[in-house]
Amino acid sequence: MQYHKPENFEDAVAIAAQAQGLTRFLAGGTDVLVQLRADIAVPDTLVDVKGIGGVKDITRESDGGWRIGIAVSGAEMTEHPDLGRDWPGVVEATDLIGSTQIQGRATMTGNLCNGSPAADAVPAMVAVGMSVSVTGPDGTRRVPVEEIPAGPGRTSLAKGEMISALHIPPRGAAGGDAYLRFIPRTEMDIAVVGCAVNLRLDGDTVAEARVALGAVAPTVLLVADAADALVGTTLDDKALDALAEAASAACKPIDDKRGTVKFRTHVAGVLARRAAKIAYDRARSTRT
Amino acid sequence: MSKMHITTTVNGDDVEFLCDPRETLLDVLRDRLGLTGAKEGCGTGDCGACSVTLDGRLVCSCLVLGAEAEGKRIGTIEGMAKGEDLHPLQKKFIEHAALQCGICTPGILVATEALLKKNPDPSETEVRYWLAGNLCRCTGYDKIIRAVLETAADMREAS
Repeated sequence: MQYHKPENFEDAVAIAAQAQGLTRFLAGGTDVLVQLRADIAVPDTLVDVKGIGGVKDITRESDGGWRIGIAVSGAEMTEHPDLGRDWPGVVEATDLIGSTQIQGRATMTGNLCNGSPAADAVPAMVAVGMSVSVTGPDGTRRVPVEEIPAGPGRTSLAKGEMISALHIPPRGAAGGDAYLRFIPRTEMDIAVVGCAVNLRLDGDTVAEARVALGAVAPTVLLVADAADALVGTTLDDKALDALAEAASAACKPIDDKRGTVKFRTHVAGVLARRAAKIAYDRARSTRT
Repeated sequence: MSKMHITTTVNGDDVEFLCDPRETLLDVLRDRLGLTGAKEGCGTGDCGACSVTLDGRLVCSCLVLGAEAEGKRIGTIEGMAKGEDLHPLQKKFIEHAALQCGICTPGILVATEALLKKNPDPSETEVRYWLAGNLCRCTGYDKIIRAVLETAADMREAS
């Protein structure tokens, strides 16, 4: 295995584009090193991205949005004084991953690129409409987060391409987001189902919504029918019933030791309901 | 495969070592630097027995490459006592018998020292969540939690 620590994205993608065999990018290493040590994925080329300028920065953009460096850890997001005020759902979803020790290293970019259908941060990223900058030999393009996962353990990134930044849109007024997952214990587990809801209010009425589900399909799901069930409502019981039904209807889960198809399908609806209520309350509390 | 030359700081001392790119920081600490306080329990970041600090941040040294230590500050259990003077957490762990076999203890002490630096007055729930990634198969955790809370109270009083 060759270890590289380039100082800019151009060099990083040049190394990856020319590399033979398996290439992995190293940020927090909480998946890459586990797979390396278990001989599941032993890279021929390992590109440590932490020498690249700006990768540890959390920056508020001029339009009010946020730029998150690709090596920013979960702990750094949780400790940031303002990020969690704008986007509590994104921060709480990332914070649910692993222990204190894992939080010191794990990144949202890694959670996305690891390609796990059960990744906690990914539904939250999709629900809030995040995008990523993808840098490759031909330059940099913007891609919505939901277009990155291609299946369990796979992404749509081509050889020589890497994510070079994460972008969160401006929060704007009267908005709220939330993420909930089901695990059979209280900490240190992988989502059996995860659900993120992001919405914006006009008065007490939901004007815009996005609902994303994790761990119920080969990739994260952005469920348009679930969002449509919320828009134009004040989140009354009828709207919540329609939301839960739409969320459950979108599920295409597997049966495994952590949950059956029936259980996951049901819990998706339950979590959608609860996450929507939290997002709605947060949106109301931020109204001026 | 050529070895990498790494310059770092461990418990305040300048340290140099040669390592293979695949070697973890835990391997380097134990096998190249003779610092065997950090233990390998799982090797996958679940058990916390290998906990160290990297630039002050609590991490699992089994999930850090030795190469990543370049230019960093590493803190291990060996740096906790000042000579013969045990850290208040170490004294309290002995007083409460907050250990039996001792495999998890270095990691738990490093983790709780990091907690008390960040939050000198944690609630019981905060201590339990902070230590969720430090597994102990002997004590049932309760003595550990009591020892941490009492140490925190003593240290607040002393400061």
